[in-house]
Amino acid sequence: MGCPTLAASLFLRLRWGLRIFLAAFLAASLAIASAQSPTPARTLINKCAPDFSLQDLSGRALRLRTYRGQVVLLNFWATWCAPCQLEMPVFSAWQHQYGPQGFAIIGISMDDDTAPARRLVEQLRLDYPNAMGDARLGMRYGGVLGLPLTFLIDRNGVVRARFQGETDTITIEKKVQVLLGGPHP
Amino acid sequence: MRLDRVIGTGVCAALVLLCITQGRMFAAGQWATSSPSSASSIPASMLLQPEDLNRLLAAPGPESPLILQVGSRVLFAQAHIPKSEYAGPGAQDAGAQMLRNRVANLPHKTFIVLYCGCCPWNRCPNVGPAYKLLLDMGFTNVKVLYLAENFGADWANKGFPVESSH
Repeated sequence: MGCPTLAASLFLRLRWGLRIFLAAFLAASLAIASAQSPTPARTLINKCAPDFSLQDLSGRALRLRTYRGQVVLLNFWATWCAPCQLEMPVFSAWQHQYGPQGFAIIGISMDDDTAPARRLVEQLRLDYPNAMGDARLGMRYGGVLGLPLTFLIDRNGVVRARFQGETDTITIEKKVQVLLGGPHP
Repeated sequence: MRLDRVIGTGVCAALVLLCITQGRMFAAGQWATSSPSSASSIPASMLLQPEDLNRLLAAPGPESPLILQVGSRVLFAQAHIPKSEYAGPGAQDAGAQMLRNRVANLPHKTFIVLYCGCCPWNRCPNVGPAYKLLLDMGFTNVKVLYLAENFGADWANKGFPVESSH
């Protein structure tokens, strides 16, 4: 069963009055939560990865949901982030190495402007899609309050790992290998 | 003759040892010497620990600092220190001009706290240039918030107050 369908089926079984009450309660809770600081990103672990629809730097549509069935490495970076520029070529090599096993990488630039991000992607010859992120997307992922930041998402769309800051790529790779060896949906 | 040889050997050994140690010190100095605008170039006495800034925030008064974030606008929009203002990025000309404009009419004794938190301290491209800019402008009461890893790890996730522009 996918991430959002269980909650939907439970809701449909409730009486109308209770549905309205729950809907109002949820709306109020969301309003309060949105006024507070970003949810700590560790709470994303073992939760559905927030879906997003973007246009990558080549103009192609990029939607996370379409990657179900693949292990996804979601990497937040920026051109002013030196550690980011060290690991991105490594990720590009993994795309070639593990791609046939159902592995995909998505890069999200947190630069303020598109031009430098596009230049860096071309300079590094990255073989995976990159798109521009923003504050809204960052907050949905628990707050991108430091770079680099990398999430590993399993084939069912569930976040299984989060790597903040400079991380030994061997550590990330080992986790990728574990997830690739896991069950297919 | 034998004594001369002993002395000569000793002198040579001493010279070799001296060359080795000086070479190591030079090499270490090369690594330790930070560029004039790197975060590492900011004197330790000018750094402010997160707990200390949090204490200042908790007890606002006439000595409250002007807090300026000189890093990423996208990061600032997600979360920043309450009442801080965006004035960056310090590493870029446009950001430096924004910082310059913000402080242009302030007395040089104004208590200013700069911070970034984009990446690990020794990798930050922004706070060093921003700090140097203020010094060059004549400001005498500038501190820099020391965030060892990043704003998330060293401020937000430690429960210190944040607000969002989003």
